[in-house]
Amino acid sequence: MKPAILGMAALFAATTALSAAEIAPGDVVFEDGAVAASITGVVGDPVNGRMVVASKKHGNCIACHANDEMPDVAFQGEIGPNLAGVADRYSEAQIRGILVNADVTFEDSFMPSFYRVDGYIRPGKRYTGKAADDTFAPLLAAQEIEDVLAYLMTLK
Amino acid sequence: MNNKLLKSTLGTLAIAAAMTVGSSAVFAGADLDKKLVINGETEIVTRTAAPAHLDGALDEIFSGWIFRKDETQTAQMDDFDNPGMIFVDIAQDAWNKVDGSEGKSCASCHGAAEESMAGVKATYPKWNEAAGEVRSIDMEVNNCRTTRMGADAWKLTGGKMTAMNALITLQSRGMPVNVAIDGPAQSMWERGKEMYYTKTGQLEMSCANCHEDNYDLHIRADHLSQGQTNGFPVYRLKNAKLNGVHARFKGCVRDTRAQTYKPGSEDFLALELYVASRGNGLSVEGPSIRN
Ligand code: HEC
Ligand code: HEC
Ligand code: HEC
Repeated sequence: MKPAILGMAALFAATTALSAAEIAPGDVVFEDGAVAASITGVVGDPVNGRMVVASKKHGNCIACHANDEMPDVAFQGEIGPNLAGVADRYSEAQIRGILVNADVTFEDSFMPSFYRVDGYIRPGKRYTGKAADDTFAPLLAAQEIEDVLAYLMTLK
Repeated sequence: MNNKLLKSTLGTLAIAAAMTVGSSAVFAGADLDKKLVINGETEIVTRTAAPAHLDGALDEIFSGWIFRKDETQTAQMDDFDNPGMIFVDIAQDAWNKVDGSEGKSCASCHGAAEESMAGVKATYPKWNEAAGEVRSIDMEVNNCRTTRMGADAWKLTGGKMTAMNALITLQSRGMPVNVAIDGPAQSMWERGKEMYYTKTGQLEMSCANCHEDNYDLHIRADHLSQGQTNGFPVYRLKNAKLNGVHARFKGCVRDTRAQTYKPGSEDFLALELYVASRGNGLSVEGPSIRN
């Protein structure tokens, strides 16, 4: 089985969605796993970020991570570390890097890459079981990444 | 395979971290020692030493039954409470019913399923020498229907096939799964193994990520088992019907946001063989109940 590199179609979809200052998934620059600059240039909204972290339909981070700050959210997962105090453990740039592509920080991580579009094996069209098509997009939009980051930075 | 080892080490550290940092340990682990006896007579091995071919990837193997809720576990202890048995009755009728141009039923050649099919499921999928291929039980059933009865093939994921599979499986209940992985089946087995450890889909998850590295932990509301197939066919409370192995595989692959393989495909047959062999030593348990 060879990785099915998504060709022009996915690239095209990603580029058309870009606003002026937005950095495309493939263009994000890492330094030791960290990403220093905002990928949108727009300040993140922690309220929306909290929703993305908790919601099954969005980040669904709670599937794997418990989070003490969200006692209202049922069925918190046991796979990754509790998100409590995450802003004390990592810098903003490091967390941005983990959100964009956790594999850069944690080799071969079980955590999905939330802002990446290439290098997948048998990528599907969301949860349909069908092959990916030109609607293929990163798991989270660039601004959602910045929003989640803004929320996580409140967890001290 | 180095990456996998590294991953599990990291995973264990992360879990340890979660336990020390976190305070919301709301889930309890499974009672790994719980015993399953069906109808007060058939003892089911739900926990045993891992087969040698797993080479330390797992020390012990567990039936999915171990990880289910108390009510679900209890329902499986008595066949009167097991909705899967209804389908066995339906299949018993089909077993005796003449079908196809040759005027034969399964019973015409195989007699009573209780005798002719005893022990059959425990060794499947397996190499069929005459056909020169690895076959699942379902493939054998369709082969008998098309070449020996002059009847049409049943849909592999359809209700008739899954019910017949349950009837055949029942005749091996309590016997140890004992699937051969060497000889002419070996290349299919290797292919299935490769699939098992390949991270697929946009979520980049392999079967092993969930069912080997993280079993007995919760992913959201789901209490992960080792993804064993000794309980198949499985009556799922979720869809209120019997489910075959390939249907389950399809759901798991789809959940990694991947393009799935087709039920009945050679890919899933290879995976079925490999996953079955990971359960060598557990008892055949089907038809079982899961959520
Ligand atoms: C499929 C499981 C899974 C999902 C979903 C997931 N993570 Fe993770 N995450 C992990 C694991 C496992 C680790 C530990 C590092 C490792 O072993 O790869 C981790 C590590 C992290 C870390 C570093 C935490 C620390 O204290 O070391 C952060 C921050 C994080 N995840 C945030 C998120 C956010 C935000 C989301 C949702 C957008 C998310 N994760 C979704 C599995 C997951
Ligand atoms: C005309 C006779 C005939 C009929 C009718 C027939 N079979 Fe068979 N079946 C055979 C023969 C011959 C074999 C191969 C030799 C053997 O294993 O018994 C076989 C093999 C099988 C096997 C594999 C057994 C093993 O030990 O590996 C299964 C399962 C099976 N049949 C199921 C069925 C079912 C279910 C039906 C009805 C839908 C059916 N057969 C109808 C003759 C028949
Ligand atoms: C994201 C995690 C995840 C991945 C990856 C995954 N599964 Fe599953 N699987 C589940 C969950 C959740 C269940 C239901 C609870 C349980 O038994 O673990 C399940 C159930 C199963 C079952 C039924 C077990 C039983 O006792 O009835 C089998 C078999 C299975 N999976 C096989 C596979 C195979 C083969 C793969 C790889 C193609 C795979 N799974 C990939 C999460 C996953």
